[in-house]
Amino acid sequence: MARLEVVRGGALTTVQDLGRWGWQGSGVPVAGPMDAYSHRLANRRAGNADEAAALEVTITGPVLRARGAVVCAVAGADFVLAVDGRGVDVSRAFAVGDSAILRFGARRAGARATLAVRGGLDVPEAFGSRATSVTARLGPFGGRGLREGDELEVGTAVETAAGAGRPLTLPAGGARLRVIVGPDQHRFSAAAVRTLCEARFVVSAAADRMGYRLDGAALPAPASDGMLSSPTPMGTLQVTPAGLPIILMAERPTTGGYPRIATVISADLPLAGQLAPGDWIRFEACTPAAARAALAAQEAALRGEAC
Amino acid sequence: MRIAPAGDAALLVELPGGMDPAASARAVALHDRIRERWPSLRDVVIAYSSLALYFDPLAVDAQALADDVRRLDDGLTAPAVTPSRVIDVPVSYGGDDGPDLAAVAARAALTEAEVVVLHAGAPYRVYMLGFVAGFAYMAPIDPRIDLPRRDTPRERVPAGSVAIAAGQTGIYPSEAPGGWHVIGRTALRPFDPSRGEPFLFRVGDEVRFHPVAVGAHGAA
Repeated sequence: MARLEVVRGGALTTVQDLGRWGWQGSGVPVAGPMDAYSHRLANRRAGNADEAAALEVTITGPVLRARGAVVCAVAGADFVLAVDGRGVDVSRAFAVGDSAILRFGARRAGARATLAVRGGLDVPEAFGSRATSVTARLGPFGGRGLREGDELEVGTAVETAAGAGRPLTLPAGGARLRVIVGPDQHRFSAAAVRTLCEARFVVSAAADRMGYRLDGAALPAPASDGMLSSPTPMGTLQVTPAGLPIILMAERPTTGGYPRIATVISADLPLAGQLAPGDWIRFEACTPAAARAALAAQEAALRGEAC
Repeated sequence: MRIAPAGDAALLVELPGGMDPAASARAVALHDRIRERWPSLRDVVIAYSSLALYFDPLAVDAQALADDVRRLDDGLTAPAVTPSRVIDVPVSYGGDDGPDLAAVAARAALTEAEVVVLHAGAPYRVYMLGFVAGFAYMAPIDPRIDLPRRDTPRERVPAGSVAIAAGQTGIYPSEAPGGWHVIGRTALRPFDPSRGEPFLFRVGDEVRFHPVAVGAHGAA
């Protein structure tokens, strides 16, 4: 069976599928990709099902050696990619021959790329998922990023007829993210919601798979009296007593105790997952109907349909 | 009841009552009914008297789901608050196992032994699991030993630490950063993925702590 050997792990390279759903009630975080759109696109390009396990590459990518010939595909952040020193067209699947070296080089845009391998990565499941949860130490390799010497088995190819559509438009220095206000809007003043939608925020250095602390305008402090811990979907914008917003991402805890002013819509979460420290964010309020329309358009783009 | 969107892929359902056994029992009963009626939901999560329903916004009509949740809630007869199970937790209080016991006693103007008696003397209800895998939020804490969270959270709290804060008590299932006051340690493991039943606690359980000799928590 073919496998990938890790020559260099990169900043944080983890195995991800579409997440560990169904266990949040026991405190188990969902994890999964920061940019699920690109995860699915890379799998479609590789000829896999959307949920196949693939590698999420962060900021500085890995160097991998193929043992046995494999077919790979990449989506998400724009990295210079080479197989045995020769540049690769990343818009479609490409072959990596036995013993060839696949190297992630300079990053030109975005923060995270997905590397899918035809057949998927065959790593053991934990709680029905192959996703790595660094914070919960769950998933393959004891829930850590890949290191030199790790080996990944490649699974048996499952061809799907799913089309592979357009790549995500990557952020250029920052992004506008649409949000649905709430669920704790009653704990915030109208001025707080206004500031959220008018100010420019910057992703701070405290940004990881769990969430991003944002710099920029402090919001008027929320009322947190009687607030009990409550569930926190991906994209939740919680606000600390000091007025600092935090966006919760793929490895957020299942519940949190800070008031939640707004939630990033599903269609904009992949873009949020492509932000790196130093990138700006502007928030824009949106309705549930508009959020659903944006998601439907994004699904059509993933399938390669005209919109 | 308040139902509010938490983004476009989740609804938050808040029942009146907060930290209250009857409201918690109602949340559990509603959770069970929703799970049964809506198997397509990605997840249903209980937190005290609130529920979060996670769904695919292209497959589930949030308005229809919200309407149905109200109907299901209207149809509930007052569920029993009898605990589903009683779980006994042996705790080695104080010393290296409970580094904050002395400070808690000092702030409460009690002796360490009196704090132990108050903590171990009452049954607790498991209201929710969250924070990290297997962490159970149990309440209520006797008001005489109820303190807010520590001003500065610890970077590392050892697995098995028994802690109190903000009206609640809990056991750290794994080493984690934490802002609660650590008063003891238990050998029980609230989360062990290699165990047939990985999670020791479920919402609705009754938990009783009892003191054992210092250092008797065994090898971690």
